[in-house]
Amino acid sequence: MTNELIAITVLWGFIFIYAVMATMDFGAGFWSMIYIHRDKANATKIANRYLSPTWEVTNVFIVAIVVALFSFFPGAAFLLGTVLLVPGSIILILLAVRSAFLVFAHVAKEYEKALTYISGITGIIIPALLISVLPITHGEFIDIRKGVPTLDLERFFTSPHAYSFMGFAILSTLFLSSLLLADYSLEAGDGEAYRLYRRNAWITGPLSLLMTGGMMLTMRYEAKWLYDKMMEYWPWLIGSVAMFAAAGIALSLPSSRHPHVRGRPRLAVIAIVIQYFLASYAYGKAHLPYMVYPDVTIESAFTHPDTFRALFASYIVGFLILFPGFVYFWRLFMHDKRYVRPK
Amino acid sequence: MDDVIIARSLFGTTMAFHIIFATLGVGIPIMILLAELLYQKTKDYDYAVMAKRWTKGLAVLLGVAIPSGTIAGVQLSLLWPGFMEVIGKVMSLPFQIEIYAFFIEALFMSIYVYAADRISPLMRIVSVFFVALGASASAILITNVHAFEGTPAGFRIENGEIVDVDPWAAFFNPSFFVTAGHVVLSAYMTGAFVLASIAACQLLRAAQNEQVRRFHQKALKLSLTVGGVFSLLTAINGHESAQLLHQYQPEKLAAAEGLFETQSHAPLAIGGFTDAKTQSVKWAIEIPWALSFLAGNRFDTVVKGLNDFPKEWWPPLFVHTLFNAMVGIGVLLLFLSAAALIWQKWRKRPAFPRWLLYSFVAAGPLAVIGIECGWIFACTGRQPWVIYRMMKTEEAVTQTGNLAVLFALFVSIYILLSIAVVLVLRYYFRRHPVADELRKPPNEGTLPV
Repeated sequence: MTNELIAITVLWGFIFIYAVMATMDFGAGFWSMIYIHRDKANATKIANRYLSPTWEVTNVFIVAIVVALFSFFPGAAFLLGTVLLVPGSIILILLAVRSAFLVFAHVAKEYEKALTYISGITGIIIPALLISVLPITHGEFIDIRKGVPTLDLERFFTSPHAYSFMGFAILSTLFLSSLLLADYSLEAGDGEAYRLYRRNAWITGPLSLLMTGGMMLTMRYEAKWLYDKMMEYWPWLIGSVAMFAAAGIALSLPSSRHPHVRGRPRLAVIAIVIQYFLASYAYGKAHLPYMVYPDVTIESAFTHPDTFRALFASYIVGFLILFPGFVYFWRLFMHDKRYVRPK
Repeated sequence: MDDVIIARSLFGTTMAFHIIFATLGVGIPIMILLAELLYQKTKDYDYAVMAKRWTKGLAVLLGVAIPSGTIAGVQLSLLWPGFMEVIGKVMSLPFQIEIYAFFIEALFMSIYVYAADRISPLMRIVSVFFVALGASASAILITNVHAFEGTPAGFRIENGEIVDVDPWAAFFNPSFFVTAGHVVLSAYMTGAFVLASIAACQLLRAAQNEQVRRFHQKALKLSLTVGGVFSLLTAINGHESAQLLHQYQPEKLAAAEGLFETQSHAPLAIGGFTDAKTQSVKWAIEIPWALSFLAGNRFDTVVKGLNDFPKEWWPPLFVHTLFNAMVGIGVLLLFLSAAALIWQKWRKRPAFPRWLLYSFVAAGPLAVIGIECGWIFACTGRQPWVIYRMMKTEEAVTQTGNLAVLFALFVSIYILLSIAVVLVLRYYFRRHPVADELRKPPNEGTLPV
């Protein structure tokens, strides 16, 4: 493996982890908003119990992605920083509003509803904007004018390809978060909330899969180079769809631990994460060597080799230091019955 | 206005906003840690309530500090792509290590807040220690990038190409330790004084029961002690910072002091306004020989004046006022802590008089103003360079237009968040008066959060 490949793998790893954590994070915020008015207050409570301790950790990952991007690939940072000024700024503003009001909602109980609405709605728009960075890297919206790269916003906002990505992001957010919250509800022993989130997953799952069809279809017209290369990785794509089906089966099986409920959500969550992993591997592999088509490749954007070595060493040390912290965190918030299932 | 000015205004506003929350995010965890330790040592339940209330306030402040920090980090790439290209190749280590510090802070902040009732007192102290450690480390690391901008090391630029890269030499650039120390020490000082302000404010309010008064007195005493210690350390470190400027960025020191002619036995100008036409600082109080002594610990130290440098390299001359404000506030706060110490130790009075309480109320806002002046001085005083003598700010700025609209957008978000955070804090602490929390029976070993 070359240094460039190691670096892009680390970066892609961060993006994948963030994608999964962020969809759960933003989705949980959205569901807690949806169910705040109804008599399904428990569904909101469960979403909040997941969200409260995790959002700060999730937020660090987005900073980690930006840092990994400009430290490993400063050449790409220049182009992306320039063309993403407007969309990036909008994302930042929404992210600021979302995080701040999420915290405010927990503190100012009397205004919780209004504040939850603000954080819930901004939160569901953010994934759509975040994912739009991907179609932008496909190159079709970037023009070089007088040596300055610019983003053609008009072409971007009239592109079916861009919209299919955004739709996919929103549906995936709803799907993955429903599934995770279903699992979390069952862990909490709340059958009603479990059935609610399981039903949401049944609706949003097939819709998000349908949307991937839309993405591939529009890719064929708008980013042919990528479409052709992705098709070379068809076994990965087939595997991905198979994992989706496996998740469906897991949700239909009778539960092993709870006699009165249907579905094994933990298995389904694992299957879906593998599904997204396989698909994103095929997408990422097909995208190489381009970071931004056709101007920036992982070779042309790569950092200084000495800097790479120093960064890589810091990754290993950082991982060793942080790993126990993550395990402790996981045990306290995902595994501890006293937290997940309070009296 | 041209793009450089707007981009600088936008990024400057982001930093000015972020730095308030970031500074408190570094300073307050230390105070919580001390309150926790005092609780474990004295078993005085007041300190447990203190830690709990400060933690609640910190959680709200972090709700703004974290997203505004995310904005600052990403805006670096969006507004200064040219700068970040160099940083990516040479100086990305501190950013990378900062991520680990963020993770430590975020993980243990959640553990401290949401798992407090499930973990042992020892683990709680370990958690809040890691929160403080993560916050301080991230401040040190990001300041390192700022230090690098002033005293770049570990690379050269040859025909537009970056060569001879040594990331660790860049990391340990000459001003790293002193500058990072200045930022962290002043953050501890500011966090303590802001809490002192709140306690003093509460003590000034009429009609309170004795228990509540005692609580606020303990909080005031603790925060004044910490504030005093760190204002002294900040001052000592500030002296080193000035000497560092003398050595590495002489024109910045010259602008800070309004010194035009290179000379030994240089005078120190306090107050006044630098006038480029008459080459003097108008209406200033001059202390003969003092600047030379400050710069090199000897009266015959030759201090370089602005005239030794081409005029286009001069920093804006108003930095003299910012520098004065920063130093002046630092000295004032030092005196204030000394007054508190004298009052309690030598006059043996348990309670402070009202006039002294009023000046403690001013201490927190003053410390924040001092931090703001210091940052603006440090960044404006480096102009026209983004990386001293390596890259000009105008070479680093984005080529995309639309900046004015974005500037307006970000400013309105900062205003919205500022208003919201004040309202939320007021709302919460009015709804949860300290008297209620003190009344609850202390549950041995656990902290109800």
